[in-house]
Amino acid sequence: MRYLQSIGEYFLMLKGVFGRMTKRSVLKELIFKEIDVVIIGSLGIVSFLSFFIGAVVALQTALNLNNPLIPKSLIAFAARQSIILEFAPTFISIIMAGKVGSFITSSIGSMRVTEQIDALEVMGINSLNYLVFPKIIAMLTYPFLIAISMFLGIMGAYTAAVMGGFVPADVFLQGLQEEFDPYHLFYAFFKTFLFAFILATVPSYHGYYMKGGSLEVGQASTTSFVWTSVVIIITNYIVTQLLLS
Amino acid sequence: MIEVKGLKKSFDDEHILKGIDFVFETGKTNLIIGQSGSGKSVLMKSMLGLFTPDEGTIEYDGKAYSSFTDEQKRELRQEMGMLFQGGALFDSMTVQENVMFPLRMFTKKKKRELKDRVDEVLERVNLSDSGNKYPAEISGGMQKRVAIARAIVNRPKYLFCDEPNSGLDPRTATVIDNLIHELTVEYDITTVVITHDMNSVLEIGENIAFLKDGVLAWKGDKSQIFKTDDKTVTDFVYSSDLFKKVRDAQQQGL
Repeated sequence: MRYLQSIGEYFLMLKGVFGRMTKRSVLKELIFKEIDVVIIGSLGIVSFLSFFIGAVVALQTALNLNNPLIPKSLIAFAARQSIILEFAPTFISIIMAGKVGSFITSSIGSMRVTEQIDALEVMGINSLNYLVFPKIIAMLTYPFLIAISMFLGIMGAYTAAVMGGFVPADVFLQGLQEEFDPYHLFYAFFKTFLFAFILATVPSYHGYYMKGGSLEVGQASTTSFVWTSVVIIITNYIVTQLLLS
Repeated sequence: MIEVKGLKKSFDDEHILKGIDFVFETGKTNLIIGQSGSGKSVLMKSMLGLFTPDEGTIEYDGKAYSSFTDEQKRELRQEMGMLFQGGALFDSMTVQENVMFPLRMFTKKKKRELKDRVDEVLERVNLSDSGNKYPAEISGGMQKRVAIARAIVNRPKYLFCDEPNSGLDPRTATVIDNLIHELTVEYDITTVVITHDMNSVLEIGENIAFLKDGVLAWKGDKSQIFKTDDKTVTDFVYSSDLFKKVRDAQQQGL
């Protein structure tokens, strides 16, 4: 029953977010600030993770490829498929649920605890629009981050496979282009947009409706990470079922 | 002027306000006093439009809030300034940005004009040198003064203060009390202050509403509150040891 109430509250929150708009010049500033914090601020960790996970995927494939009948180009093919289809959009989104999601929940939660949200409401400002809408718009740039993640993941795979001496460069590049289906990119970016929306709104919900003091802000951040991850995983399953099967 | 008529408010089965009638006068500091749980905050939040009353009306300069359209309600909110208990300053903004915030949101003035008005208000609260500091870098008393500056920057008609002295030393508390009173007279606004602090009552209590268990138990001003024989009021006033000792000393002619 409590979960149903929360789901209802979440959709009511979304209605509030797209309700009365904040002054355009203020919103513009907030959106750029959010892009800086949420997207640019995550470039480092996403690049680092993508490169090394790509490298590990290639390494694992190469080390487990013992059958001489299977071509070495499969290393690049497997790395490309796993990075584009799942690793970059889904795995990075889970990481982002921890990094950005917790930040969003704790920052909005702290504002709730210190009555800053009440202050906005008393001034006649739609606090949901002021706080959450810029995050949603900023997250529209999230696919760029995922595109960088895909590129660096494949670069990591190339580095590990070619520099590690598992496969010649031309064979790796040939495998990278083998049976490439552009629809897979559409699928990956389509779900990236959905994950971006989830990453902006689910943590905001947990921050905005939290009750209590600073201890509860920490608890809300943890709960937010768990639920954002759960929603991403379930959405991933549904989208994959609908678009790929 | 804010007039509250027959105001009732319940949460679940708990009756918090049981029919309050009171007039908050313009140009005066109107105090709401009473013990914790007496309904002070609910009364103020109802006046701020954050709670919808179950029964009764709240009139702002003769116009009932319930008859306002959404647009009129928004306009009314822009005529209100609020000083929260903890200040509620935006900690990601500097003092100057905090004070400028309501102006940026609701006026179309040029940056220069905004800056001039912010400087003027910061000077009024004696914080001209702290404009570039963040709330975390200034003391509690200074934070309260910034919050007052933010509340008055848009020249409100109504100023609400929720326990403005909580967490402050007595001297700073007096500075804040006096500042609130001076601004009330200077801007000719209707100021409503929730307080537990009997020193504040003595300093600025021009029109006092004493609430007990959701009922208006007594009303008067600071000169009357220490003379009344009403037991509910005297129990509250003399719950402080200091006031009790002063009263005893006076009675003994010391």
